Amino acid sequence: MATYTISENKSPQLNWREALPTIFAIAYVLVVFTLLRSLSRTDLWFPTYSAILFPMFVFSPFIIFALKIPLELRAVLIAIIGLVLMPILGMQDSFYLELITQIAIFAAMAIGLNVVVGFAGLLDLGYVAFFAVGAYLWGIFTSNANTIVRATGAQAAPEMFWLFLFLGVIAAAITGILLGLPVLRLRGDYLAIVTLGFGEIIRILVSNLSNISSNRRNPINITNGAQGLPGIVSPPLPDFAFQAVEGLTNALGLPVNNVRAFTYQLFYYGLVLLVCGLAALIAARLDNSPIGRAWTAIREDEVAAQAMGVPKVKMKLLAFAMGASFAGAMGVIFAARNTFVSPESFSFIQSIFILAIVIVGGMGSIRGAILGAVIVTLLNLQVLKNFSLQINALKNIDWVVPILNFPIRDWPQQLEPARYERFVFGLLLIIMMIFRPSGVWPAKRRQMELQEAMGKEEIPEKEIEADVVVIKPEDLLSQEPKEKP
Amino acid sequence: MPLLEAKGVTKRFGGLIAVQNVDYFIEPHTINAIIGPNGAGKTTFFNLLTGIYTPDEGKIIFDGKDITGLKPNWINRAGIARTFQNIRLFGAMTVIENCLVGMHPRLNIDLAQTILRLPAFGQQEREAQRRAENLLEFVGLRDKANEVAKNLPYGDQRRLEIARALASEPKLLLLDEPTAGMNPQESAAAMQLFRAVRDKFGITVLLIEHDMRVVMGISERVTVLDYGQKIAEGTPEEVRRNPQVIEAYLGRGSAASHI
Repeated sequence: MATYTISENKSPQLNWREALPTIFAIAYVLVVFTLLRSLSRTDLWFPTYSAILFPMFVFSPFIIFALKIPLELRAVLIAIIGLVLMPILGMQDSFYLELITQIAIFAAMAIGLNVVVGFAGLLDLGYVAFFAVGAYLWGIFTSNANTIVRATGAQAAPEMFWLFLFLGVIAAAITGILLGLPVLRLRGDYLAIVTLGFGEIIRILVSNLSNISSNRRNPINITNGAQGLPGIVSPPLPDFAFQAVEGLTNALGLPVNNVRAFTYQLFYYGLVLLVCGLAALIAARLDNSPIGRAWTAIREDEVAAQAMGVPKVKMKLLAFAMGASFAGAMGVIFAARNTFVSPESFSFIQSIFILAIVIVGGMGSIRGAILGAVIVTLLNLQVLKNFSLQINALKNIDWVVPILNFPIRDWPQQLEPARYERFVFGLLLIIMMIFRPSGVWPAKRRQMELQEAMGKEEIPEKEIEADVVVIKPEDLLSQEPKEKP
Repeated sequence: MPLLEAKGVTKRFGGLIAVQNVDYFIEPHTINAIIGPNGAGKTTFFNLLTGIYTPDEGKIIFDGKDITGLKPNWINRAGIARTFQNIRLFGAMTVIENCLVGMHPRLNIDLAQTILRLPAFGQQEREAQRRAENLLEFVGLRDKANEVAKNLPYGDQRRLEIARALASEPKLLLLDEPTAGMNPQESAAAMQLFRAVRDKFGITVLLIEHDMRVVMGISERVTVLDYGQKIAEGTPEEVRRNPQVIEAYLGRGSAASHI
């Protein structure tokens, strides 16, 4: 396997002292992975172990990334974690695969929102609308609900998924431009309010484009309203994929119950990872280009940017379109993966959730957006839920806390950790704002700003000086002696 | 033929007439100054020339083209670049990035090229980088290229604004109080820079200035605005002796008492 050749290659180049962190990091990954593998769902303490170990495992690519070793080597190690270890973990417990897929979906959307909010400085509180556009695009054309599309026979074949993935990008980008046009003149809070309204419009639109609205039946049903669109199809996979997965799982001694379902899980995991990687690459390339510089300039000072020849309208629309397109692609994948979409998935809180990821990770930071997605999604979907599960499991066996002699059965339901998701979430944001306002993993530019600002304190005074306009009329009359009566 | 010509330009803000029926022209390759007391409409006039405001009346013709009412980015593209009275750099960007933003209208912005990193993209970026470095060399900021703009000392920020404006390869450079807050040595250095801009790049310069040493020292033609109207125009010597100008600065009666 590739692992052996790599480890042999690197040892002669590095002396052991330099290699120490790398060895520790690899040991960390292997230990966490082995421990996770040894967990069994029937264990009493499984939820707690899993809530601790899985986040540790998901953080491991970031630890590898932070190592001071050649980029290629880091890439290979991260690829091994993502493409070998993670699927093996998924074979053991497919919930992990679901979680990581969810994380990647949010990461890609956070990267997209980062283009709008972080790069161009346009606060968008209705970002989930673009996700909805992608999801409903695929949903409307393939759902088995009795909608107008089905009635007229305009349904799309499952194979057309790939075309629709592309169309989802286009549709979301166009929606982004449509949102961008009326809000061009707005900034800051005003922009936030309008985008928030736009997000709600899309959600309300999809919950009302049906024949079940109020008490009158109208003949046109497009989105099936609040009930949502069921039976959305996935793209067909070739037979050899299923056989290969079955063969692989058997060979590894980890047979899965439903090979078909598991293959699809693996497929979506890979697809989402690919789209997320593409999004990160595109965003990074945009950032590091005249377009990215124009966005930063607009964010810093719109008037000056325009006076320097930056076309404000074009650049802002481009930011909205690019940001939206990532969400559109993810929307199509989301609809296909879940086989069901309803307006509920696109509520305002989802937009806030994605924005929170961007803020936690660091505005304008692509790597930060990915790390933020890991932290916020795990906290939301796994850690707190698992602690609740743990308490329930302990209640079932009438466990008593040692030393304190507290019977866990008396733990009030109101204090279940899962109920405190939003509280912990808010707390996290407040703590972040106090101690790390630029995010857990800020963009280089912001880091630089902060570091250099600390070293030089005399600048603000000079800035004040600049505002004092010195008029010297005596200079104008310099030929006349001043002391003239 | 004048490089820039303003004909009967007027701008009102509600009841206030900030600029009233101003006729103005600039000959190519000259250094010109606009002076006037606070609130005389100098900066408003600049904003009219650069498209930040649209004139209510009148026409602005630049390089033979009517640019009245064009958006600032189009006017910049046409060849007018400017600096601001209260420095407006892109604070979070590095010195060289500020310069590169200035080059925006001269670059070919292509989304596909950017995302696919086609060879043309890299070539253009390298070329832009090289030109930005040359400009920084010219204003004396070469060794600070990678510092964050807002952390620069005040004088350097002023010079960076000029470098950024030059990056768009303008025909006309508008400087809004470029030496405000500078000490005499710094002002002298700035004057040399303005002259170099004209002599080395062949750029026409128009500046708003309060420091009369600078105005009288480098400008070939001085125009005086007061209450939005042009009250005098001519060589520095002529303007200095104009009783209306003295009155505008020192109030009615001053001129008489000085003569």
